[in-house]
Amino acid sequence: MENMRLHSSTDRQPNDAAPASEAAAPAATTELLLAMYRLMLLIRTTEERLAKVQASGALPGPVHLSVGQEAVAAGVCVHLTDRDWITSNHRGHGHFLAKSGDLPRMIAEVFGRATGVCGGKGGSMHVADVSKGILGANGIVGGGIGLGTGAAWAEQLRGDGNVAVVFFGDGAANQGVMFEALNIAALWKLPLILVCENNGFSEFSPSATVTAGEIWRRAEPFGVPGLAVDGNDVVAVWRAAGTAIARARAGAGSTLIEARTYRLRGHVEAEMTFLSKAYREDAEIEARRAHEPLMQARRKLEQAGITAATFAGIEAEVLAQVDDAFKFAEESPWPAVESAYTHMFS
Amino acid sequence: MAKKRMVQAINEGIAEEMARDPSIVLFGEDVEVSPIGDTRNLFERFGPARVRNTPISETVMTGMAVGAAAAGYRVICHLFYGNFIYTGFDAIANQAAKLRYMLGGQIRLPITFMAVIGGGRSVAAQHSDSMHPTLMNLGGVKVVMPGSPGDAKGLIKSSIRDDSPVFFLQAAGRGGESGEVPDGEYVIPLGKAIILRPGSNVTVVAIGSMVKPAQRACDELAKAGVSAELIDPRCVMPFDFDTVVDSVKRTGRLVIVDEARRTCSAASEIAATVTERTFGTLRAPARRVTVEDVAMPYSPILEKAVIPDHLRIMEAVRGLMQ
Ligand SMILES: Cc1ncc(C[n+]2csc(CCOP(=O)(O)OP(=O)(O)O)c2C)c(N)n1
Repeated sequence: MENMRLHSSTDRQPNDAAPASEAAAPAATTELLLAMYRLMLLIRTTEERLAKVQASGALPGPVHLSVGQEAVAAGVCVHLTDRDWITSNHRGHGHFLAKSGDLPRMIAEVFGRATGVCGGKGGSMHVADVSKGILGANGIVGGGIGLGTGAAWAEQLRGDGNVAVVFFGDGAANQGVMFEALNIAALWKLPLILVCENNGFSEFSPSATVTAGEIWRRAEPFGVPGLAVDGNDVVAVWRAAGTAIARARAGAGSTLIEARTYRLRGHVEAEMTFLSKAYREDAEIEARRAHEPLMQARRKLEQAGITAATFAGIEAEVLAQVDDAFKFAEESPWPAVESAYTHMFS
Repeated sequence: MAKKRMVQAINEGIAEEMARDPSIVLFGEDVEVSPIGDTRNLFERFGPARVRNTPISETVMTGMAVGAAAAGYRVICHLFYGNFIYTGFDAIANQAAKLRYMLGGQIRLPITFMAVIGGGRSVAAQHSDSMHPTLMNLGGVKVVMPGSPGDAKGLIKSSIRDDSPVFFLQAAGRGGESGEVPDGEYVIPLGKAIILRPGSNVTVVAIGSMVKPAQRACDELAKAGVSAELIDPRCVMPFDFDTVVDSVKRTGRLVIVDEARRTCSAASEIAATVTERTFGTLRAPARRVTVEDVAMPYSPILEKAVIPDHLRIMEAVRGLMQ
């Protein structure tokens, strides 16, 4: 069967079908682009460090990294305040950081320490900071979709103009809950932005082998605007998200954004130690690396006159921030055993 | 007979059944690359018509298992982590468990749902449940929990051959453990316990993942002069009460070790039924060693505290001996 063979994960290159309207597109200022670049660099540096630490055996549980996908988290979350909600999936470190989650406490959570954002009870797949509007990463594929829809309803009831953004994968777009959410969001005009991060893979299956049609088009029958954007172009993501979020804040309802990107690392770290065979070619990864979001943003910034010295300064700052966070986590105490028995009920 | 790993034994059992019965189909998420290892090479061997990777769509997968079985196929539906059973629960609880009954016996539902369950690897609460009691309570599904590679082979084969829905629940993270596995035709009837070690002072019933720590506990208790009889029920629905009752009538004491949460655990059901049948001979109330009524925490230090180990089993036995 053709579709069972190893093949390129996305038949369509990101821009082909992107119907995002460029007409009245606002331009991102250099200052904003630089802020988004810094955020992406923070996510990248953090996750590459996590990969290293995972390989050394120092992490108790598995980690799913979003290296190559940082532009989606950054481009969307710069529009949000602490009073807006996000929900995320198992690949949630980037969303957490982009939504102003605390880096040291996130790393401490991944290390399973008492100082972690969830006291060490959730780990990488459950990093959450409700005070920042981060309803959490999620271990159930599609789990965040229902939660985000409910948070959007709550904000609609409250009427303060806050919104909910759901980050989910192309794999999760095949869970029935996505269609159910679209229907209800359309009927109730919920301030809900569904951001499908299409990274080319549904776990170990190339998307085209498990996903029919184009995901952004799944909004159409419900009368919800759907669009595809180049998820590796942080400005394109920022622009599409800006329109959708403004619309939701204004009470005009929901939008589905399919951000097309590519997962440069494994589904989960160290996956080739347990899979029976490879599910993609190294050459494909290398080809996609040329299109990764940080380099693209950096090129734009260079054209706008940002100097090598400025970049070096940012890199040094981010590195120091990441170093501090890991040091904090490593030096943090383990949770007290009694804490295993708290928090089941309010 | 040869030493094989748990996942190899299961894989071998599935492959043998698929070779002997062309009506068997297997599907699930990423069964081709097989992150668990139990469906390895089946795609290559039996082809895409019979072995299918699915989208992440548990709601329809479990429904399809019921529909395809009702329409004449023998279905193996791999659900990967046991917690995803909940995602596909409607067709399990409302369809698979009841359809034959509601239709007055017009259909057979030969379905094997496979999943890995339980904690111990820091994957947190949404990947660590032991939901066999939930399934036991549905009524219309059988629940198999192998404790060793040999049993796993014999039980996967009989699960597949069974004409009713069966959950084959493997202890997560134990796929690499090895043991003797009989070659070829080796079928263990569902609902038949095995006495792993005879003893006279206390009966220890250990379920699935708990067999191993119970074995260790029994070894150490033996050194201290306590003779424990260890029983692995292998199948919790139907449950081989006769074997356990016979044992308890000899020992007068019962400890049940179960990784489920205490309330309505399999251990609770076993304690209640065995007590009803052995009340006159019990020297002390049956004891349950289980997870408390909490979700599984991520941090290894918390998880270790929550999951029963050999020390807690020994403590329970000692408590009964006083
Ligand atoms: C309900 C459920 N089914 C299956 C899984 C196992 N699983 C974890 S991540 C994943 C793939 C998710 O793919 P996608 O939504 O595209 O996100 P990505 O991993 O690509 O970021 C799967 C199948 C799960 N966690 N939850």
